[in-house]
Amino acid sequence: MSISVQNISKSFKNVSAIQNISFEVKSGELFGLIGPDGAGKTTLFRTLTTLLIPNEGNAIVAGHDIIKNVKEIRNSVGYMPGKFSLYQDLTIAENLAFFATIFGTTIEENYDLIEDIYVQIEPFKNRRAGALSGGMKQKLALCCALIHKPEVLFLDEPTTGVDPVSRKEFWEMLKRLKQKGITILVSTPYMDEAVLCDRIALIQKGEILKIDTPENIVSSYKKTIYDIKTNKMHQLIEHLKKFPTHYSVFAFGEYVHYIDNNIELDLQKLKIYLEEKQHTNIIIQKATTTIEDVFMDL
Amino acid sequence: MVNHISNEKVIEVENLTKKFGDFTAVKGISFHVNKGEIFGFLGANGAGKTTAMKMLIGISNPSSGNANVAGFDVHTQSDEVKKSIGYMSQKFSMYDDLTVQENITFFGGIYGLSRKQIKKKTAELIEELQLGDITKSRVGSLPLGWKQKLAFSVSLLHEPKIVFLDEPTGGVDPITRRQFWELIYTEADKGTTIFVTTHYMDEAEYCDRVSIMVDGVIEALDTPKNLKKQFDVDSMNEVFLKLARNIE
Repeated sequence: MSISVQNISKSFKNVSAIQNISFEVKSGELFGLIGPDGAGKTTLFRTLTTLLIPNEGNAIVAGHDIIKNVKEIRNSVGYMPGKFSLYQDLTIAENLAFFATIFGTTIEENYDLIEDIYVQIEPFKNRRAGALSGGMKQKLALCCALIHKPEVLFLDEPTTGVDPVSRKEFWEMLKRLKQKGITILVSTPYMDEAVLCDRIALIQKGEILKIDTPENIVSSYKKTIYDIKTNKMHQLIEHLKKFPTHYSVFAFGEYVHYIDNNIELDLQKLKIYLEEKQHTNIIIQKATTTIEDVFMDL
Repeated sequence: MVNHISNEKVIEVENLTKKFGDFTAVKGISFHVNKGEIFGFLGANGAGKTTAMKMLIGISNPSSGNANVAGFDVHTQSDEVKKSIGYMSQKFSMYDDLTVQENITFFGGIYGLSRKQIKKKTAELIEELQLGDITKSRVGSLPLGWKQKLAFSVSLLHEPKIVFLDEPTGGVDPITRRQFWELIYTEADKGTTIFVTTHYMDEAEYCDRVSIMVDGVIEALDTPKNLKKQFDVDSMNEVFLKLARNIE
């Protein structure tokens, strides 16, 4: 086990951020923490990287106790916070050299680990970090988090606000790091990234609601979801919410995802209802369940 | 044409260009947006979206080319442009240290509303968003989703013709993201034009038309349906990936 969390709780004054969280991450696993803003993901990261002390519970990270072995943990984990935290006034090369020195190593020593990420930003190595684009900042931050060859890598929302192409590239980098044996705990608000993890924990309001492989989480969802599309998509949501047996109605790409309270939905009845509301070109078909559907129904 | 959109053009852009020294961030883009339209303005980080948007909202002067926004020229009438539009960004929307009510009053004042109008608008907002007991909470203490819904409403206080939304749903949970889009739909149906950027490709599907910017140029502009047909793919995500890849 690379990370073993036992009943951790943390509150700030009277606000409880995480409650009684337990989970385990295997060595070399890519484990995703999936949840919205305010779910407690950052608090959990800060606790596991020894920046916060839990009110209750304990955790073992890379073989060390997060309360007793603070120094050992800091040497054996890499942490990329959600907020860009490198030195804006230092250049790319200076930031990297700084972090290498702090950890008593050199850029050369572990260059193989960062090489394929670093080459992408190397042409700009004399540019100050504050003047980099979002994508480049993110790559630099990842290099700095890896420079001391950590056993466990903590990535707090590394792709928030990043465009789809850069997000895809970033996950390809993670896959390569995983192949090098690094355990990765990554959080994201993007549900499409969840499927790229070995296992995920769905977290909301400080509690873990589910832990499993993405495939199992999707296949264990039993409700039938329908894709619905008509000529009037704005009104469709409103009208479906007024259909007497509706369970949930959510916009979902080009369709609306509709779930009914009845296991066997009378499609004809629904179609007639929509026609009465002046909808035309009505398409109703069974949808493929996604992690996002499961998450919205927790 | 979808029924909430009229033929009146509220944004007209011609050869709009912005240079910073030797670097051309926006390279002569041209497009128009109709009244009541939800216009998605997509692109990779660094493609020039923010630079283009800054010119359209009158806070950055174009190097060359023209843009007419809500009937005003961005070169010569940037103050009028600012008065006729609403703007909300993911990074800055409201003052964290002020309460919900104080923020509404503050922004109402900035937009030149009378005390009477502010009072009326505040009551409407509290009702519409079901704010109830949180009006006296500091904005900084609210969940991100709440802040964003509130910021959107505040950007509409002065009833602008066009509202510019810069990544309004970044990092927000899936349900709140959808509630946000329902607010957008309601506003568009009233005739307000929505100009929105997003990195969520499912949200691109909710737009009437979408433009995709790559390296300072608009590489594609059409309805989501036509774009998918043009690139022969099933989702906007694939359209986006295909476009960005072709450029590399």
